[in-house]
Amino acid sequence: MDTHFIILLACVLAVLAIATIAAQVLKRRALPGDLTIQNLTARINAWWVMVAVIALAFAFGTAGVVILFALCSFAALREFLTLTNTRAADHWALVAAVFVVLPLQYILVGIGWYGLYSVLIPVYAFLFMPILSALRGQSDNFLIRVSEAQWALMIAVFCVSHVPALLSLNIPGYEGKNLFLIFFLIVVVQSSDVLQYVWGKAIGRRKIAPNLSPSKTLEGLVGGVLSASVLGAALFWITPFTISQAFGLSLVITAMGFFGGLVMSAIKRDRGVKDWGHLIAGHGGFIDRLDSVIFSAPIFFHIVRFYWNVG
Amino acid sequence: MSAARAAAALIVGFARAITAVRGIWQGVAPVQAQRIYYANHASHGDFVLVWTVLPRALRARTRPVAGADYWQASRLKRFIGRDVFNAVLIDRDPATRRADPIAQMGNALASGDSLILFPEGTRNTGGQRLLPFKSGLFHLATQNPGIDLVPVWIENLNRVMPKGAHIPIPLICTVTFGAPLRLDGEDKAPFLSRAEAALLALAPPERP
Repeated sequence: MDTHFIILLACVLAVLAIATIAAQVLKRRALPGDLTIQNLTARINAWWVMVAVIALAFAFGTAGVVILFALCSFAALREFLTLTNTRAADHWALVAAVFVVLPLQYILVGIGWYGLYSVLIPVYAFLFMPILSALRGQSDNFLIRVSEAQWALMIAVFCVSHVPALLSLNIPGYEGKNLFLIFFLIVVVQSSDVLQYVWGKAIGRRKIAPNLSPSKTLEGLVGGVLSASVLGAALFWITPFTISQAFGLSLVITAMGFFGGLVMSAIKRDRGVKDWGHLIAGHGGFIDRLDSVIFSAPIFFHIVRFYWNVG
Repeated sequence: MSAARAAAALIVGFARAITAVRGIWQGVAPVQAQRIYYANHASHGDFVLVWTVLPRALRARTRPVAGADYWQASRLKRFIGRDVFNAVLIDRDPATRRADPIAQMGNALASGDSLILFPEGTRNTGGQRLLPFKSGLFHLATQNPGIDLVPVWIENLNRVMPKGAHIPIPLICTVTFGAPLRLDGEDKAPFLSRAEAALLALAPPERP
Protein backbone atom coordinates (compact mmCIF):
# COMPACT_ATOMS: atom_id res chain seq x y z
CA MET A 1 0.00 0.00 0.00
CA ASP A 2 2.58 2.57 1.09
CA THR A 3 5.13 1.57 -1.53
CA HIS A 4 2.44 1.87 -4.19
CA PHE A 5 1.70 5.38 -3.05
CA ILE A 6 5.33 6.36 -3.15
CA ILE A 7 5.66 5.00 -6.69
CA LEU A 8 2.53 6.86 -7.80
CA LEU A 9 3.63 10.08 -6.10
CA ALA A 10 7.03 9.78 -7.78
CA CYS A 11 5.28 9.40 -11.17
CA VAL A 12 3.11 12.46 -10.55
CA LEU A 13 6.11 14.52 -9.47
CA ALA A 14 8.05 13.35 -12.53
CA VAL A 15 5.20 14.47 -14.80
CA LEU A 16 5.09 17.85 -13.04
CA ALA A 17 8.86 18.22 -13.36
CA ILE A 18 8.70 17.47 -17.08
CA ALA A 19 5.83 19.94 -17.48
CA THR A 20 7.79 22.59 -15.60
CA ILE A 21 10.86 22.10 -17.80
CA ALA A 22 8.76 22.05 -20.97
CA ALA A 23 7.09 25.32 -19.93
CA GLN A 24 10.52 26.89 -19.34
CA VAL A 25 11.64 25.82 -22.82
CA LEU A 26 8.46 27.24 -24.35
CA LYS A 27 8.94 30.44 -22.36
CA ARG A 28 12.45 30.96 -23.83
CA ARG A 29 11.13 30.50 -27.34
CA ALA A 30 8.03 32.66 -26.88
CA LEU A 31 7.94 36.43 -27.07
CA PRO A 32 8.28 38.13 -23.70
CA GLY A 33 4.89 38.84 -22.19
CA ASP A 34 3.15 35.96 -24.00
CA LEU A 35 -0.03 35.57 -21.93
CA THR A 36 -0.62 31.92 -22.85
CA ILE A 37 2.84 30.94 -21.58
CA GLN A 38 2.38 33.03 -18.44
CA ASN A 39 -0.92 31.29 -17.75
CA LEU A 40 0.65 27.89 -18.46
CA THR A 41 3.44 28.56 -15.98
CA ALA A 42 0.96 29.77 -13.36
CA ARG A 43 -1.16 26.64 -13.89
CA ILE A 44 1.80 24.30 -13.49
CA ASN A 45 3.01 26.12 -10.38
CA ALA A 46 -0.49 25.81 -8.90
CA TRP A 47 -0.41 22.08 -9.66
CA TRP A 48 2.72 21.68 -7.52
CA VAL A 49 0.81 23.21 -4.61
CA MET A 50 -2.31 21.12 -5.26
CA VAL A 51 -0.30 17.89 -5.47
CA ALA A 52 1.48 18.75 -2.23
CA VAL A 53 -1.83 19.46 -0.45
CA ILE A 54 -3.48 16.28 -1.74
CA ALA A 55 -0.44 14.16 -0.84
CA LEU A 56 -0.48 15.63 2.66
CA ALA A 57 -4.21 14.85 3.02
CA PHE A 58 -3.61 11.27 1.82
CA ALA A 59 -0.87 10.89 4.43
CA PHE A 60 -3.49 11.57 7.10
CA GLY A 61 -5.83 8.92 5.67
CA THR A 62 -9.63 9.17 5.86
CA ALA A 63 -9.67 12.18 8.20
CA GLY A 64 -7.21 14.10 6.02
CA VAL A 65 -9.16 13.45 2.82
CA VAL A 66 -12.55 14.24 4.40
CA ILE A 67 -11.24 17.53 5.83
CA LEU A 68 -9.55 18.48 2.54
CA PHE A 69 -12.77 18.03 0.56
CA ALA A 70 -14.85 19.74 3.25
CA LEU A 71 -12.59 22.78 2.84
CA CYS A 72 -12.91 22.53 -0.96
CA SER A 73 -16.70 22.46 -0.53
CA PHE A 74 -16.56 25.54 1.67
CA ALA A 75 -14.51 27.43 -0.91
CA ALA A 76 -16.74 26.22 -3.76
CA LEU A 77 -19.91 27.17 -1.86
CA ARG A 78 -18.46 30.63 -1.21
CA GLU A 79 -17.84 31.04 -4.95
CA PHE A 80 -21.25 29.72 -5.98
CA LEU A 81 -23.28 31.76 -3.48
CA THR A 82 -21.46 34.90 -4.61
CA LEU A 83 -23.14 34.60 -8.02
CA THR A 84 -26.66 33.86 -6.76
CA ASN A 85 -29.60 36.21 -6.24
CA THR A 86 -30.03 35.32 -2.60
CA ARG A 87 -31.28 38.12 -0.35
CA ALA A 88 -31.15 39.07 3.27
CA ALA A 89 -34.35 37.02 3.69
CA ASP A 90 -32.37 33.88 2.85
CA HIS A 91 -29.73 34.60 5.47
CA TRP A 92 -30.86 31.94 7.95
CA ALA A 93 -31.23 29.33 5.23
CA LEU A 94 -27.70 30.08 3.99
CA VAL A 95 -26.21 30.11 7.50
CA ALA A 96 -27.75 26.66 7.97
CA ALA A 97 -26.41 25.50 4.61
CA VAL A 98 -22.85 26.60 5.34
CA PHE A 99 -22.51 25.94 9.05
CA VAL A 100 -24.86 22.98 9.58
CA VAL A 101 -25.44 21.08 6.34
CA LEU A 102 -21.86 21.24 5.05
CA PRO A 103 -20.13 19.98 8.23
CA LEU A 104 -22.87 17.42 8.84
CA GLN A 105 -22.53 16.04 5.31
CA TYR A 106 -18.79 15.50 5.79
CA ILE A 107 -19.20 14.00 9.26
CA LEU A 108 -21.69 11.51 7.78
CA VAL A 109 -19.28 10.77 4.92
CA GLY A 110 -16.45 10.36 7.44
CA ILE A 111 -18.37 7.81 9.50
CA GLY A 112 -19.68 6.14 6.34
CA TRP A 113 -23.43 6.58 7.00
CA TYR A 114 -24.51 6.16 3.38
CA GLY A 115 -28.24 6.08 4.19
CA LEU A 116 -28.12 9.63 5.54
CA TYR A 117 -25.39 11.39 3.56
CA SER A 118 -27.04 10.36 0.30
CA VAL A 119 -30.33 12.06 1.26
CA LEU A 120 -29.27 14.87 3.59
CA ILE A 121 -29.05 17.49 0.85
CA PRO A 122 -31.46 16.15 -1.83
CA VAL A 123 -34.21 15.55 0.75
CA TYR A 124 -33.71 17.37 4.05
CA ALA A 125 -31.88 20.51 2.92
CA PHE A 126 -34.12 20.63 -0.16
CA LEU A 127 -37.23 20.84 2.01
CA PHE A 128 -36.00 22.79 5.03
CA MET A 129 -34.01 25.58 3.36
CA PRO A 130 -37.03 26.99 1.50
CA ILE A 131 -39.02 26.73 4.75
CA LEU A 132 -36.42 28.92 6.49
CA SER A 133 -36.54 31.39 3.60
CA ALA A 134 -40.35 31.41 3.47
CA LEU A 135 -40.61 32.17 7.18
CA ARG A 136 -39.09 35.58 6.47
CA GLY A 137 -42.07 36.43 4.29
CA GLN A 138 -40.21 37.77 1.22
CA SER A 139 -41.76 36.40 -1.96
CA ASP A 140 -39.76 38.40 -4.53
CA ASN A 141 -37.85 36.00 -6.78
CA PHE A 142 -38.59 33.27 -4.26
CA LEU A 143 -38.34 30.31 -6.63
CA ILE A 144 -35.13 31.66 -8.16
CA ARG A 145 -33.57 32.24 -4.75
CA VAL A 146 -34.37 28.83 -3.28
CA SER A 147 -33.42 27.02 -6.49
CA GLU A 148 -30.07 28.73 -6.60
CA ALA A 149 -29.39 27.98 -2.95
CA GLN A 150 -30.24 24.31 -3.52
CA TRP A 151 -28.06 24.18 -6.63
CA ALA A 152 -25.20 25.70 -4.67
CA LEU A 153 -25.46 22.94 -2.06
CA MET A 154 -25.83 20.15 -4.61
CA ILE A 155 -22.84 21.27 -6.67
CA ALA A 156 -20.48 22.52 -3.99
CA VAL A 157 -21.24 20.08 -1.17
CA PHE A 158 -23.24 17.03 -2.27
CA CYS A 159 -21.30 16.26 -5.44
CA VAL A 160 -17.88 17.13 -4.03
CA SER A 161 -18.50 14.94 -0.97
CA HIS A 162 -18.78 11.89 -3.23
CA VAL A 163 -15.00 11.95 -3.64
CA PRO A 164 -14.25 11.13 0.03
CA ALA A 165 -17.42 8.97 0.10
CA LEU A 166 -15.46 6.46 -2.01
CA LEU A 167 -13.60 5.63 1.20
CA SER A 168 -16.73 4.13 2.73
CA LEU A 169 -17.27 1.57 -0.03
CA ASN A 170 -16.71 -2.01 0.99
CA ILE A 171 -15.13 -3.94 -1.88
CA PRO A 172 -14.14 -7.58 -1.17
CA GLY A 173 -10.42 -8.13 -1.61
CA TYR A 174 -9.80 -4.37 -1.75
CA GLU A 175 -10.02 -3.60 1.97
CA GLY A 176 -7.89 -0.69 3.12
CA LYS A 177 -7.09 0.40 -0.42
CA ASN A 178 -9.99 2.78 -1.14
CA LEU A 179 -7.70 5.81 -1.21
CA PHE A 180 -6.51 4.46 -4.57
CA LEU A 181 -10.05 4.89 -5.93
CA ILE A 182 -9.78 8.60 -5.12
CA PHE A 183 -6.34 8.75 -6.69
CA PHE A 184 -7.73 7.01 -9.81
CA LEU A 185 -10.73 9.37 -10.09
CA ILE A 186 -8.74 12.57 -9.57
CA VAL A 187 -5.82 11.62 -11.80
CA VAL A 188 -7.97 10.39 -14.68
CA VAL A 189 -10.43 13.31 -14.61
CA GLN A 190 -7.83 16.02 -14.08
CA SER A 191 -5.44 14.62 -16.67
CA SER A 192 -8.38 14.52 -19.07
CA ASP A 193 -8.82 18.28 -18.46
CA VAL A 194 -5.11 18.86 -19.06
CA LEU A 195 -5.00 16.59 -22.12
CA GLN A 196 -8.11 18.20 -23.61
CA TYR A 197 -6.31 21.53 -23.24
CA VAL A 198 -3.11 20.14 -24.81
CA TRP A 199 -4.89 18.36 -27.71
CA GLY A 200 -7.08 21.40 -28.24
CA LYS A 201 -4.08 23.76 -28.40
CA ALA A 202 -2.22 21.35 -30.69
CA ILE A 203 -4.81 20.32 -33.29
CA GLY A 204 -8.16 21.78 -32.10
CA ARG A 205 -10.23 23.30 -34.93
CA ARG A 206 -13.91 22.48 -34.61
CA LYS A 207 -15.48 24.37 -31.73
CA ILE A 208 -18.09 22.38 -29.84
CA ALA A 209 -19.84 25.11 -27.87
CA PRO A 210 -18.62 28.52 -29.06
CA ASN A 211 -21.33 30.28 -27.06
CA LEU A 212 -20.44 28.65 -23.77
CA SER A 213 -16.77 27.83 -23.84
CA PRO A 214 -14.85 28.94 -26.93
CA SER A 215 -11.75 26.93 -26.05
CA LYS A 216 -13.51 23.54 -26.16
CA THR A 217 -12.93 21.75 -29.47
CA LEU A 218 -13.98 18.37 -30.80
CA GLU A 219 -10.34 17.38 -31.37
CA GLY A 220 -9.47 18.37 -27.80
CA LEU A 221 -12.43 16.42 -26.42
CA VAL A 222 -11.75 13.20 -28.34
CA GLY A 223 -7.99 13.34 -27.89
CA GLY A 224 -8.24 14.23 -24.20
CA VAL A 225 -10.91 11.69 -23.30
CA LEU A 226 -9.21 8.86 -25.17
CA SER A 227 -5.69 9.54 -23.91
CA ALA A 228 -6.89 10.02 -20.33
CA SER A 229 -8.86 6.77 -20.60
CA VAL A 230 -5.72 4.96 -21.78
CA LEU A 231 -4.01 6.38 -18.70
CA GLY A 232 -6.95 5.12 -16.60
CA ALA A 233 -6.60 1.63 -18.13
CA ALA A 234 -2.88 1.72 -17.32
CA LEU A 235 -3.78 2.42 -13.69
CA PHE A 236 -5.98 -0.68 -13.43
CA TRP A 237 -3.49 -2.35 -11.04
CA ILE A 238 -4.32 0.09 -8.25
CA THR A 239 -8.09 -0.45 -8.65
CA PRO A 240 -10.46 -3.38 -8.20
CA PHE A 241 -11.19 -3.21 -11.97
CA THR A 242 -9.86 -5.20 -14.93
CA ILE A 243 -8.04 -3.28 -17.68
CA SER A 244 -11.14 -2.99 -19.85
CA GLN A 245 -13.32 -2.02 -16.88
CA ALA A 246 -10.80 0.66 -15.91
CA PHE A 247 -10.86 1.95 -19.50
CA GLY A 248 -14.67 1.95 -19.66
CA LEU A 249 -15.03 3.72 -16.30
CA SER A 250 -12.45 6.25 -17.43
CA LEU A 251 -14.48 6.97 -20.56
CA VAL A 252 -17.56 7.59 -18.41
CA ILE A 253 -15.87 9.88 -15.88
CA THR A 254 -13.90 11.87 -18.45
CA ALA A 255 -17.06 12.40 -20.51
CA MET A 256 -18.92 13.51 -17.38
CA GLY A 257 -15.99 15.77 -16.56
CA PHE A 258 -16.18 17.40 -19.97
CA PHE A 259 -19.92 18.04 -19.65
CA GLY A 260 -19.40 19.31 -16.11
CA GLY A 261 -17.05 21.93 -17.49
CA LEU A 262 -19.65 22.82 -20.12
CA VAL A 263 -22.51 23.22 -17.60
CA MET A 264 -20.42 25.30 -15.21
CA SER A 265 -19.29 27.48 -18.14
CA ALA A 266 -22.93 28.09 -19.01
CA ILE A 267 -23.54 29.36 -15.48
CA LYS A 268 -20.48 31.63 -15.64
CA ARG A 269 -21.60 33.01 -18.99
CA ASP A 270 -25.08 33.70 -17.67
CA ARG A 271 -23.67 35.61 -14.69
CA GLY A 272 -21.10 37.47 -16.79
CA VAL A 273 -17.92 36.21 -15.14
CA LYS A 274 -14.87 34.53 -16.62
CA ASP A 275 -13.79 32.59 -13.56
CA TRP A 276 -15.53 31.45 -10.37
CA GLY A 277 -12.82 32.89 -8.18
CA HIS A 278 -9.19 33.90 -8.06
CA LEU A 279 -7.57 31.79 -5.36
CA ILE A 280 -5.88 29.20 -7.61
CA ALA A 281 -3.48 31.22 -9.75
CA GLY A 282 -3.79 30.44 -13.46
CA HIS A 283 -6.88 28.28 -12.95
CA GLY A 284 -9.34 30.74 -11.40
CA GLY A 285 -11.43 29.56 -8.49
CA PHE A 286 -12.02 26.22 -6.81
CA ILE A 287 -15.05 25.45 -8.99
CA ASP A 288 -12.99 26.15 -12.12
CA ARG A 289 -10.65 23.36 -11.09
CA LEU A 290 -13.29 21.07 -9.59
CA ASP A 291 -16.05 21.32 -12.21
CA SER A 292 -15.11 18.05 -13.91
CA VAL A 293 -14.70 16.22 -10.60
CA ILE A 294 -18.08 17.59 -9.42
CA PHE A 295 -19.87 15.94 -12.33
CA SER A 296 -17.91 12.71 -12.42
CA ALA A 297 -17.57 11.84 -8.72
CA PRO A 298 -21.21 10.92 -7.94
CA ILE A 299 -21.53 8.84 -11.13
CA PHE A 300 -18.23 7.05 -10.48
CA PHE A 301 -19.27 6.47 -6.87
CA HIS A 302 -22.62 4.94 -7.81
CA ILE A 303 -21.27 2.72 -10.61
CA VAL A 304 -18.59 1.34 -8.29
CA ARG A 305 -21.09 1.01 -5.46
CA PHE A 306 -23.62 -0.80 -7.65
CA TYR A 307 -21.24 -3.32 -9.21
CA TRP A 308 -18.43 -3.78 -6.66
CA ASN A 309 -19.70 -2.80 -3.21
CA VAL A 310 -20.85 -5.46 -0.76
CA GLY A 311 -23.10 -4.96 2.26
CA MET B 1 1.02 45.03 21.84
CA SER B 2 1.35 41.33 21.13
CA ALA B 3 -2.27 40.66 22.14
CA ALA B 4 -3.34 43.36 19.71
CA ARG B 5 -1.15 41.89 17.00
CA ALA B 6 -2.54 38.39 17.56
CA ALA B 7 -6.07 39.81 17.49
CA ALA B 8 -5.29 41.61 14.24
CA ALA B 9 -3.99 38.40 12.66
CA LEU B 10 -7.10 36.57 13.87
CA ILE B 11 -9.49 39.20 12.51
CA VAL B 12 -7.68 39.38 9.16
CA GLY B 13 -7.62 35.57 8.93
CA PHE B 14 -11.34 35.38 9.68
CA ALA B 15 -12.11 38.10 7.11
CA ARG B 16 -10.13 36.18 4.49
CA ALA B 17 -11.84 32.86 5.31
CA ILE B 18 -15.31 34.34 4.98
CA THR B 19 -14.77 36.71 2.06
CA ALA B 20 -11.58 35.57 0.24
CA VAL B 21 -11.24 39.32 -0.21
CA ARG B 22 -9.21 40.61 -3.12
CA GLY B 23 -7.83 44.11 -3.56
CA ILE B 24 -8.15 45.55 -7.05
CA TRP B 25 -5.69 48.42 -7.44
CA GLN B 26 -7.34 50.03 -10.42
CA GLY B 27 -6.36 53.68 -10.10
CA VAL B 28 -3.44 53.63 -7.66
CA ALA B 29 -0.66 51.22 -6.74
CA PRO B 30 -0.37 49.63 -3.28
CA VAL B 31 2.69 51.69 -2.40
CA GLN B 32 3.80 53.62 0.67
CA ALA B 33 2.22 57.05 0.19
CA GLN B 34 0.10 59.15 2.48
CA ARG B 35 -3.52 58.94 1.42
CA ILE B 36 -7.07 59.46 2.57
CA TYR B 37 -8.98 56.34 1.53
CA TYR B 38 -12.71 57.05 1.44
CA ALA B 39 -15.10 54.14 1.06
CA ASN B 40 -18.76 53.17 0.92
CA HIS B 41 -20.09 52.01 4.27
CA ALA B 42 -22.55 49.14 4.58
CA SER B 43 -21.15 47.05 7.43
CA HIS B 44 -19.12 47.31 10.61
CA GLY B 45 -16.55 45.11 8.91
CA ASP B 46 -15.83 47.59 6.11
CA PHE B 47 -12.56 48.99 7.42
CA VAL B 48 -11.40 45.47 8.30
CA LEU B 49 -11.69 44.49 4.63
CA VAL B 50 -9.84 47.60 3.42
CA TRP B 51 -7.19 46.97 6.04
CA THR B 52 -6.90 43.30 5.05
CA VAL B 53 -6.10 44.01 1.40
CA LEU B 54 -3.48 46.64 2.27
CA PRO B 55 0.10 45.33 2.18
CA ARG B 56 1.45 44.77 5.70
CA ALA B 57 3.78 47.77 5.58
CA LEU B 58 0.88 50.09 4.74
CA ARG B 59 -1.42 48.70 7.42
CA ALA B 60 0.86 49.94 10.20
CA ARG B 61 0.50 53.51 8.95
CA THR B 62 -3.21 53.44 8.03
CA ARG B 63 -5.84 54.36 10.61
CA PRO B 64 -9.59 53.95 10.23
CA VAL B 65 -11.84 56.81 11.29
CA ALA B 66 -14.78 55.45 13.27
CA GLY B 67 -17.65 56.54 15.47
CA ALA B 68 -16.68 56.72 19.13
CA ASP B 69 -20.23 55.86 20.19
CA TYR B 70 -19.94 52.39 18.63
CA TRP B 71 -16.28 51.60 19.26
CA GLN B 72 -16.27 52.67 22.90
CA ALA B 73 -19.45 50.80 23.78
CA SER B 74 -17.70 47.77 25.31
CA ARG B 75 -14.27 46.60 26.43
CA LEU B 76 -13.95 44.28 23.43
CA LYS B 77 -14.89 47.03 20.97
CA ARG B 78 -12.50 49.44 22.68
CA PHE B 79 -9.72 46.88 22.41
CA ILE B 80 -10.43 46.23 18.72
CA GLY B 81 -10.98 49.87 17.80
CA ARG B 82 -8.13 51.47 19.72
CA ASP B 83 -5.50 48.79 20.30
CA VAL B 84 -5.87 46.57 17.25
CA PHE B 85 -6.72 49.05 14.51
CA ASN B 86 -5.50 52.26 16.15
CA ALA B 87 -8.72 53.95 15.01
CA VAL B 88 -9.22 57.70 15.11
CA LEU B 89 -12.40 57.73 17.19
CA ILE B 90 -14.63 60.71 16.57
CA ASP B 91 -17.77 61.83 18.31
CA ARG B 92 -20.47 61.98 15.66
CA ASP B 93 -22.87 64.01 17.77
CA PRO B 94 -22.13 67.76 17.49
CA ALA B 95 -24.01 68.43 20.75
CA THR B 96 -21.73 66.34 22.96
CA ARG B 97 -18.50 66.53 21.02
CA ARG B 98 -15.49 68.06 22.75
CA ALA B 99 -12.92 67.64 19.99
CA ASP B 100 -13.31 68.76 16.38
CA PRO B 101 -13.31 65.59 14.22
CA ILE B 102 -11.59 67.37 11.33
CA ALA B 103 -8.82 68.49 13.70
CA GLN B 104 -8.51 64.93 15.07
CA MET B 105 -8.12 63.55 11.56
CA GLY B 106 -5.75 66.41 10.70
CA ASN B 107 -3.54 65.47 13.66
CA ALA B 108 -3.33 61.89 12.45
CA LEU B 109 -2.41 63.11 8.96
CA ALA B 110 0.16 65.52 10.41
CA SER B 111 1.94 62.61 12.04
CA GLY B 112 2.26 60.96 8.63
CA ASP B 113 -0.52 58.35 8.86
CA SER B 114 -3.05 57.54 6.15
CA LEU B 115 -6.77 57.43 6.96
CA ILE B 116 -9.69 55.22 6.01
CA LEU B 117 -12.97 57.08 6.30
CA PHE B 118 -16.60 56.66 5.39
CA PRO B 119 -18.00 59.98 4.19
CA GLU B 120 -21.60 58.74 4.20
CA GLY B 121 -21.26 59.19 7.96
CA THR B 122 -23.31 56.15 8.85
CA ARG B 123 -23.90 52.62 7.63
CA ASN B 124 -25.99 52.43 4.48
CA THR B 125 -28.50 49.66 5.10
CA GLY B 126 -31.15 50.76 2.62
CA GLY B 127 -31.63 50.18 -1.06
CA GLN B 128 -29.49 53.06 -2.39
CA ARG B 129 -25.97 52.32 -3.52
CA LEU B 130 -24.53 55.38 -1.78
CA LEU B 131 -25.91 57.89 0.74
CA PRO B 132 -25.16 61.61 0.19
CA PHE B 133 -21.71 62.46 1.58
CA LYS B 134 -21.40 64.51 4.76
CA SER B 135 -19.26 67.61 4.49
CA GLY B 136 -16.32 66.17 6.49
CA LEU B 137 -14.47 65.00 3.39
CA PHE B 138 -14.61 68.52 1.94
CA HIS B 139 -13.24 70.16 5.09
CA LEU B 140 -10.53 67.54 5.38
CA ALA B 141 -9.52 68.11 1.75
CA THR B 142 -9.52 71.87 2.25
CA GLN B 143 -7.23 71.66 5.26
CA ASN B 144 -4.92 69.01 3.80
CA PRO B 145 -4.60 70.02 0.14
CA GLY B 146 -1.42 68.02 -0.49
CA ILE B 147 -2.88 64.59 0.26
CA ASP B 148 -4.50 62.31 -2.33
CA LEU B 149 -8.10 61.23 -1.75
CA VAL B 150 -8.51 57.65 -2.98
CA PRO B 151 -12.04 56.30 -3.59
CA VAL B 152 -12.47 52.71 -2.39
CA TRP B 153 -15.49 50.59 -3.35
CA ILE B 154 -16.26 47.64 -1.07
CA GLU B 155 -18.42 45.09 -2.87
CA ASN B 156 -20.63 42.39 -1.37
CA LEU B 157 -19.89 42.77 2.34
CA ASN B 158 -23.48 43.93 2.91
CA ARG B 159 -24.63 40.51 1.64
CA VAL B 160 -22.19 38.67 3.91
CA MET B 161 -23.74 40.26 6.96
CA PRO B 162 -27.10 41.92 6.27
CA LYS B 163 -28.57 44.34 8.79
CA GLY B 164 -29.44 42.59 12.02
CA ALA B 165 -27.53 39.40 11.22
CA HIS B 166 -24.94 38.11 13.66
CA ILE B 167 -23.46 35.21 11.70
CA PRO B 168 -21.73 35.99 8.40
CA ILE B 169 -22.20 33.82 5.31
CA PRO B 170 -19.18 33.22 3.07
CA LEU B 171 -19.25 35.27 -0.13
CA ILE B 172 -16.35 36.60 -2.19
CA CYS B 173 -15.78 40.32 -1.64
CA THR B 174 -13.66 42.79 -3.56
CA VAL B 175 -12.14 46.12 -2.58
CA THR B 176 -11.47 48.38 -5.57
CA PHE B 177 -9.13 51.36 -5.32
CA GLY B 178 -9.81 54.13 -7.84
CA ALA B 179 -7.76 57.00 -9.22
CA PRO B 180 -6.89 59.66 -6.61
CA LEU B 181 -8.52 63.06 -6.59
CA ARG B 182 -7.83 66.40 -4.92
CA LEU B 183 -9.75 69.56 -4.23
CA ASP B 184 -9.65 71.63 -7.39
CA GLY B 185 -10.73 75.02 -6.06
CA GLU B 186 -14.35 73.87 -6.08
CA ASP B 187 -17.06 74.69 -3.61
CA LYS B 188 -18.39 72.09 -1.21
CA ALA B 189 -21.34 70.76 -3.20
CA PRO B 190 -19.58 70.23 -6.55
CA PHE B 191 -16.56 68.69 -4.83
CA LEU B 192 -18.68 66.25 -2.84
CA SER B 193 -20.66 65.21 -5.89
CA ARG B 194 -17.41 64.67 -7.83
CA ALA B 195 -16.08 62.52 -4.98
CA GLU B 196 -19.35 60.56 -4.89
CA ALA B 197 -19.26 60.00 -8.64
CA ALA B 198 -15.62 58.82 -8.49
CA LEU B 199 -16.60 56.25 -5.87
CA LEU B 200 -19.76 55.09 -7.64
CA ALA B 201 -17.79 54.64 -10.87
CA LEU B 202 -15.90 51.81 -9.17
CA ALA B 203 -19.05 49.86 -8.30
CA PRO B 204 -19.79 46.90 -10.56
CA PRO B 205 -23.05 47.22 -12.51
CA GLU B 206 -26.08 46.27 -10.47
CA ARG B 207 -27.65 42.95 -11.40
CA PRO B 208 -31.36 43.17 -12.18
